[in-house]
Amino acid sequence: MSGSPPPGDPGCGGGNDAEDGVELGTVSAAIADAHRREWAFVLAATARVAGDLDLAEECVQDAYAAALTAWTRQGVPRNTGAWLTTAARRRAIDAKRRDAVLRAKLPLLIEPDSPVTASAPPGAGAAAEDDVIPDDRLRLIFTCCHPALAREAQVALTLRLVCGLTTVEIAQAFLVSEPTMAARVTRAKKKISAARIAYRVPGAAELPDRLDAVLTVVHLLYTTGHTAPSGENLVRADLVERAIGLARMLRTLMPDEREVAGLLALILLTDARRATRADAQGRVLLLEEQDRSLWDRAVIAEGAALVPWALRGGGPGRFALQAAIAALHAEAPSYAETDWPQIVALYDALLQVWSSPVVALNRAVAVAMARGPDAGLAQIGELEADGRLSGYRYLPAAKADLLRRLGQPAAAARAYRAALALTDNAAEREFLARRLTEVTGTPI
Amino acid sequence: MAEYLILICEDENAYATATPDVLQQVMEAHGRFAEQVPEKGGKIVEGRALQPTSTATTIRGDVVTDGPFIETKEAVGGYYLIEARDLDHALDIAKLCPARFGGVEVRPIMVFG
Repeated sequence: MSGSPPPGDPGCGGGNDAEDGVELGTVSAAIADAHRREWAFVLAATARVAGDLDLAEECVQDAYAAALTAWTRQGVPRNTGAWLTTAARRRAIDAKRRDAVLRAKLPLLIEPDSPVTASAPPGAGAAAEDDVIPDDRLRLIFTCCHPALAREAQVALTLRLVCGLTTVEIAQAFLVSEPTMAARVTRAKKKISAARIAYRVPGAAELPDRLDAVLTVVHLLYTTGHTAPSGENLVRADLVERAIGLARMLRTLMPDEREVAGLLALILLTDARRATRADAQGRVLLLEEQDRSLWDRAVIAEGAALVPWALRGGGPGRFALQAAIAALHAEAPSYAETDWPQIVALYDALLQVWSSPVVALNRAVAVAMARGPDAGLAQIGELEADGRLSGYRYLPAAKADLLRRLGQPAAAARAYRAALALTDNAAEREFLARRLTEVTGTPI
Repeated sequence: MAEYLILICEDENAYATATPDVLQQVMEAHGRFAEQVPEKGGKIVEGRALQPTSTATTIRGDVVTDGPFIETKEAVGGYYLIEARDLDHALDIAKLCPARFGGVEVRPIMVFG
């Protein structure tokens, strides 16, 4: 395939004076930037034309490859997303025409009944001509996160199709082998076509549940990256950036959805504290040990500003409530001066909409701060009896901390050992071992 | 439109011990389902109930064995072949399918050629 730009190339010609082409480094940087920012838009729009996710991926990859030659020769187009989309869609149409018989046999992604609002690609400016490319990114992410797919498949597909990560990168991020991840992605794509999972945004009636699945996937990407110790696994750190990018994308595409605002706020408010989560040696620092002067105030302000909006109108969702809790933490002058009664009240509201033993455990920690360690310990005792958190490392860890505060070193040591037995994460093990040494007075 | 098979997987024992009243309710529920599918824009191509797995005969190679392929508490006791626009539509329909002693499994029919 030729690397020449598509006729009617929207927005081409920016900084295109040099006859002898553009410096390779500039072009490579532009392509890397377009990969990160425009991949979802380009693939989503191409999938609609290709009617097949595999073909769409192939065409988009070809378009990015072709851009290297074309942009070096003719300059980086002003609207890279539109250039890539036009090129990829043309390839998809060619491939379908060429292999008409073969392609016609493949199960197509289902075209919707309802028209979509077309819009120009991000940063398009005045570039788009009469051929406005529809923004299909929501279709793509809702298809990737369809409830008929297992959560791990939803996560893998989102990273692969929406974020444009390679199977190798996804496998590394989730600590599985490449063949395992490749099989997972292939199986999910096959199910989409064989079972005819529709390429569409769900209707109003099903939207709350379907959106919750999308938000859960994005949040899971964030926490997976966030939990990874800094520096130990750079691919996982990249997940944090990807998750923030996805949350921002959803916020742009669904400005009226309160839970989308809640998710973005939650992620920003948590991430604003990223630099202080571990010390220079990579040791995990608790919220109370973190240097609050190092928290990113601009990010906190951005996240906190979203919270009232996410909470408004009554009956807030679980992401909005978690964001509200995170905002109280982020804006408190110190751990002790945090508005703990208000945090307990928010956890009560959260338990109403999201009855999870993990939420109950977090509430117990807040109760300990608001009413004393004894009160918190009583709640943890109930959770232990409940049994649903057996095997969850943060339960014995929280219990150990309260026992330590109550001056019961022997019981605290038992709980720290129980937590250690459940923890694989190196930085967290180091933290627990340190605390165990403190309460026993001897190294383990 | 595409075709999907709704496999009704239920606890056979629950049917064996069910009162006539309960069996009557089940029959009525399936009657309602047959009315609801076209209302939903789908179509039932066919639907049948199966005799229990105690009547099944399994053949592997040349060996004929009394009993089902796999012994499970919940077994396929009936099916509907339906037409639906896509998976969401098929799932919408399948959610209405009566299966009070278990659940249903939805499988797309493979299309050749």
